Amino acid sequence: MNKIEAKNVDFYYGTFHALKGINITIPNNEVVAFIGPSGCGKSTFLRLFNRMNDLIPGARLTGQVLIDGQDIYEKGVDVDVLRRGVGMVFQRPNPFPKSIFENVAYGLRVNGIKDKDFIRQRVEEALTSAALWNEVKDKLKESAYALSGGQQQRLCIARAMAVQPSVLLMDEPASALDPISTAKIEELICELSSQTTIVIVTHSMQQAARVSNKTAFFYLGEMVEYGETKKIFTNPEKEATQNYITGRFG
Amino acid sequence: MKKWIDRIARRIFTLSGFVTSVVILLIIGFLFSEAAGLFRQPIVEEGYVLALNKENDVDRLSAEQIKQLFDEDITNWKELGGKDMPVKVFRLEDLDHLYTEEELGAEYEHAGEKIAEQVRQTPGIIAFVPKVLVEGERDIHLVPDHTIPIKDVLLGTEWYPTATPSPIFGILPLLSGTLWVSFFAILIALPFGLAISIYLAEVAPPAVSKVLKPVIELLNGIPSVVYGFFGLAVIVPLLQQTFNLPVGESGLAGSLVLALMALPTIITVSEDAMRNCPRTMREASLALGATHWQTIYKVVVPYSVSGITSGVVLGIGRAVGETMAVLMVTGNAAVIPTSILEPLRTIPATIAAELGEAPAGGAHYQSLFLLGVILFFITLIINSCVEIVSARNKTKR
Ligand SMILES: Nc1ncnc2c1ncn2[C@@H]1O[C@H](COP(=O)(O)OP(=O)(O)OP(=O)(O)O)[C@@H](O)[C@H]1O
Ligand SMILES: [Mg+2]
Repeated sequence: MNKIEAKNVDFYYGTFHALKGINITIPNNEVVAFIGPSGCGKSTFLRLFNRMNDLIPGARLTGQVLIDGQDIYEKGVDVDVLRRGVGMVFQRPNPFPKSIFENVAYGLRVNGIKDKDFIRQRVEEALTSAALWNEVKDKLKESAYALSGGQQQRLCIARAMAVQPSVLLMDEPASALDPISTAKIEELICELSSQTTIVIVTHSMQQAARVSNKTAFFYLGEMVEYGETKKIFTNPEKEATQNYITGRFG
Repeated sequence: MKKWIDRIARRIFTLSGFVTSVVILLIIGFLFSEAAGLFRQPIVEEGYVLALNKENDVDRLSAEQIKQLFDEDITNWKELGGKDMPVKVFRLEDLDHLYTEEELGAEYEHAGEKIAEQVRQTPGIIAFVPKVLVEGERDIHLVPDHTIPIKDVLLGTEWYPTATPSPIFGILPLLSGTLWVSFFAILIALPFGLAISIYLAEVAPPAVSKVLKPVIELLNGIPSVVYGFFGLAVIVPLLQQTFNLPVGESGLAGSLVLALMALPTIITVSEDAMRNCPRTMREASLALGATHWQTIYKVVVPYSVSGITSGVVLGIGRAVGETMAVLMVTGNAAVIPTSILEPLRTIPATIAAELGEAPAGGAHYQSLFLLGVILFFITLIINSCVEIVSARNKTKR
């Protein structure tokens, strides 16, 4: 069963052609890594899956993006409902100016959930699944800014997981973190992949190799190659891929 | 060579910083010392005394009581704890009705005797006369004067700085006038200011906010007389009609004008604060399925709250200290307001209106300095509140 499917996707920032004719299918509960040199369109593509690019004036899309077989750019699709099912973790930790608890509860609250016990339970589950519960359980009321960068990023993962999305988009989630925090995040990705489909953008080949089942290589707005991670890293079909993973450019 | 320039530059900066601080301290010191002079002033006009009949044992009169006596609001001495006898007010002019010019003497040389005569004859008399005339007279009771008590000023409910024989400097009407007008101004300006800044920062298409923002900033540069004039020409008659008031000049008119004047500051500062909210913060909220509005009031506004607060405080600062416009539209009645629809008077308006007619060094003059000091403290309190609020917000980040 395919979770995400993109068909002939072209994307423009005004007149700039950022994505060119992309086709991809992402199966359920897999971890897919997007790699490629800076500016090749990885983030742009990732942000199509929760319609984050809608906010950019002058942006335009042709082609189809399907999640669970439903075209998410079709007229009448409720963007808020879509985004509830597609969580996102950003490059830099960006907790809200609220307490740790309220950060995680935010997604539930904005979706109209009022039941206090339910929220409490969900917050605990989400923090546990983000491997943060033991570190923060005694200071849930404290400001999220009192946490370290790595903890903040795991808090952001917990925040995204609290609404139990079926897809989790991660845009270089560990690039601002130290090696230990990075290792924790990677571990987390492996654990979360049993519950959700994860798409992760990364600049680290090792990271892509460690966490993903499939890898897509982007170059200048095109998807050059997509396949099993093992195959991409050991025996890529295209020369550009080969050059990139061996560090000859980018 | 370079070192020398460095050294000279440092000297110049140190010196100018020092000079500025000293000047500011001197100004504040001057303000305070002039204001404190008020409490060393006698309550009865300088050079005058109040003379009573020898039988009358009332020994201490407050400024307010003196005013009531001379306004004939108090008509019997027993109201003041004295004997049961009617009050008879006597002023210097009354001499001319009672005696001929010859009797008084060409140079008023007999006036003292005649006053003393009147005082001795009339048991319930209170005579307000120049000190030099009656100083030597025996068998009259001069009310011992005392300095203006602090309590009567700070808690006084009446402001009659030019009343004779004894001016009354109760600041409460002016203080409450200021607070009422400022409070309502903020009450009006805050929701509108916030709404407009949210619109500009979050909702308006870029083309609209590009035009609207400079226009709003331009409003900041309009002199306050113009706002006052606008208030007088438009707001005052409008209020008079809608609320069916005897006069349209009222606290509310002042509040509306002030709100209008504070709006540009509130809008520009809070709009900037909201624009500074990081994009990823918004995106994180939207990515969780929050709507645009939920994102604004649950993330953007809390994130910008210290910026918004400082905008509001700058706005309040303008409102509290604003003079001209308020002077023009509030009706300037120095009474404690019971409703915002009544005329009232603020501290800055009082200073502006009365400083010209108050003789330098007199009690009235010093009382206006005291008002300045009080204004200074109000501003100080507001500013400290902001410091505390924004310091708290910073640690939350
Ligand atoms: N809001 C925007 N408006 C116009 N052009 C944009 C915008 N965002 C991105 N671009 C352009 O689109 C191209 C792809 O950008 P994108 O952010 O997707 O790259 P990326 O692969 O994520 O790069 P990186 O690895 O550096 O994050 C770049 O050339 C970039 O300049
Ligand atoms: Mg990117």
